[in-house]
Amino acid sequence: MMSAAAPAKIELRNVKKRFGPKVVLDGLDLTIPRGQSLVIIGGSGTGKSVTIKCVLGILHPEAGEIFVDGEEVTGLRGRARDAFLRKFGMLFQGAALFDSMKVWENVAFGLIQGRGVAKRQAREIAFDKLAQVGLTADVGELYPSELSGGMQKRVGLARAIAADPEIIFFDEPTTGLDPIMSDVINDLIIATRAAGTTALSITHDLTSARKIADQIAMLYKGKIIWQGPTSQIDHSGNPYVDQFIHGRAEGPIKMEVKA
Amino acid sequence: MNFFAHVGRATLGLLREVGRLSVFTMDGVTSFVRPPIYWSLMFKQIMRIGYFSLPVVGLTAFFTGAVLALQIYIGTARYGAEQFVPTVVLIGILRELGPVIAGLMVAGRVAAAIAAELGTMRVTEQIDALTTLATRPTKYLVVPRLMAALISMPILVVIADSVGIFGGYIAATKSLGFTGSIYLSTTMQALTFNDVLSGLIKAVVFGFLIALMGCYNGFNSRGGAQGVGAATTNAVVSSSILILAANYILTNFFNYFGI
Repeated sequence: MMSAAAPAKIELRNVKKRFGPKVVLDGLDLTIPRGQSLVIIGGSGTGKSVTIKCVLGILHPEAGEIFVDGEEVTGLRGRARDAFLRKFGMLFQGAALFDSMKVWENVAFGLIQGRGVAKRQAREIAFDKLAQVGLTADVGELYPSELSGGMQKRVGLARAIAADPEIIFFDEPTTGLDPIMSDVINDLIIATRAAGTTALSITHDLTSARKIADQIAMLYKGKIIWQGPTSQIDHSGNPYVDQFIHGRAEGPIKMEVKA
Repeated sequence: MNFFAHVGRATLGLLREVGRLSVFTMDGVTSFVRPPIYWSLMFKQIMRIGYFSLPVVGLTAFFTGAVLALQIYIGTARYGAEQFVPTVVLIGILRELGPVIAGLMVAGRVAAAIAAELGTMRVTEQIDALTTLATRPTKYLVVPRLMAALISMPILVVIADSVGIFGGYIAATKSLGFTGSIYLSTTMQALTFNDVLSGLIKAVVFGFLIALMGCYNGFNSRGGAQGVGAATTNAVVSSSILILAANYILTNFFNYFGI
C-alpha cells in the first residue's frame, strides 16, 4: 500500500456504525491519499454509502475518528462544519436533484446558498459547468423531471463540481445507466479530476472502477478487507476480492438475504 | 419475562422518539434567529400555508358558526334564554371553535403536504444533497415553514372567527327569527379583548405544532413511497392530537389566569 508516501486527504480510523442491532461499519480503516481516486467496491448493503455519510457528518459513527486534511471532523458543529462541507461535492446515486428548481438553479445552488456567490455570476458558472458535462444551454432552463436518467446524472455531476471542490464523492455513478452512458460518465469523472481533486467513489460496477480508480478498496462486513492499486486487483490473492470481481456465486462471500 | 421485555422496549422506543423530537425542535427553534434567513422561501410558505388555506378554513368556520347558533338555540330555548345565543356563539367561536377548526383543517392540509414534500426529499436524498452543497437543511427547509405557520395561523384564525360569527348571524336571522341589528349589537357588546387574545395564542401554538409535526415526520421518513405515506399519515394524526391536547391545556391555563 502507498498511503505512507502521499499525505492523506481523508483518513478513517476504526469507524463503527450500527443501526439498532445491525452492525454496518465494524472498525473501518481507510486512507485516501491527496489527489488520488479511490473506489470502494463491495456488495449491496455492506455499508459503502454509510461510509460516505459518516465522513460528511450526515450520520454519526458510534466510535472511531475521521480526519480530513489532518483535522478530526466527527465533532464539527456550526460554522466550522459549514466551512468543512464547502470542501465537498457529491454525485448521488439517484442524482438527488431538487425537483422544484430548474436545472441551472440546481447547479448554481451550492454557489448561491452555500458560498454566497452573486446570482448572475453563479448562473454563468452553472451554464459553464453544464457545458463541461456536455449539456447545452437550453437544458439549463428545463426542470429535472423533464430529463432522462443519464442526463440527470450529468446535471448531478455538474452540480457536484460547480464550486470546484477539493473532494468529490461519487455514489454509484454508473448504476442504472446503459453501458455507453456509463462510459460517458466515467470519462467525465476522469476529466473532473484533472485539477488534482481527491475522489472517493462507491460502486459495484467493476468496469467503471477499473477505469476511474487509482486505488481500489474492498468493503466486506463493515471492514476494508483489501486495498491496493487498480493494477493489482486481478492479483490480490484475496479469495473475497477474487470472488467479487469474477462475480461467482460460490466462494467465501455468502449472500445475506436479509438486509 | 417476555411481558417486561415488551414494556421495556415500548418505553425505550417512546423515550427515544421524545428525545429525537426534542432535539429536532431545539435545532429548529435555535436556527430561527441565526442568519441566513430565507425570506423569499418564507413568503412562499406563507402563501401555501396561509393564503391557500383560506377557502377550506372559511367554509368550515361558516358552517360551524351556523350550526353552533342552531344548537345553542335549542339549549337556551328550554330556559327561555334565547337572547344569549349571540353571546354564546361569539365566545364559542373566538375561544374554541375558530382556532380548533382552523387548526384541524390546516393540519389536514398543511402538515400532510409538508410531510409528503420533505419525506420525498428525504428518500430521494435531496436533503442529504443540501448538506453536501453547504446548506443546512434545518435552516433551509424547517425554519421557513415554522415561521410561515406562526405568522399565518393567527391571521387565518381572525378570518375564521369573523366568518364563523357571520355563519351564526345567518343561521340566527334566517332560521331562528332573530333581528339582524339586535343580533349584531348584542355580539358587539359581548366582545372582549381576552376572548380574541386567547384564541390568537392558541392559533400561534397550533401553527407551531402543525409545521413541527409536518417537518419532523417528513425528515424522519424512511424507505420509499410507503415510508412517505406513513410519514404523511403520522404528521396529520400527531398534529391533530397535539392540537386538541394543547387546546385543553391552554384553556385550563387561560381559566387559571383569568384570560
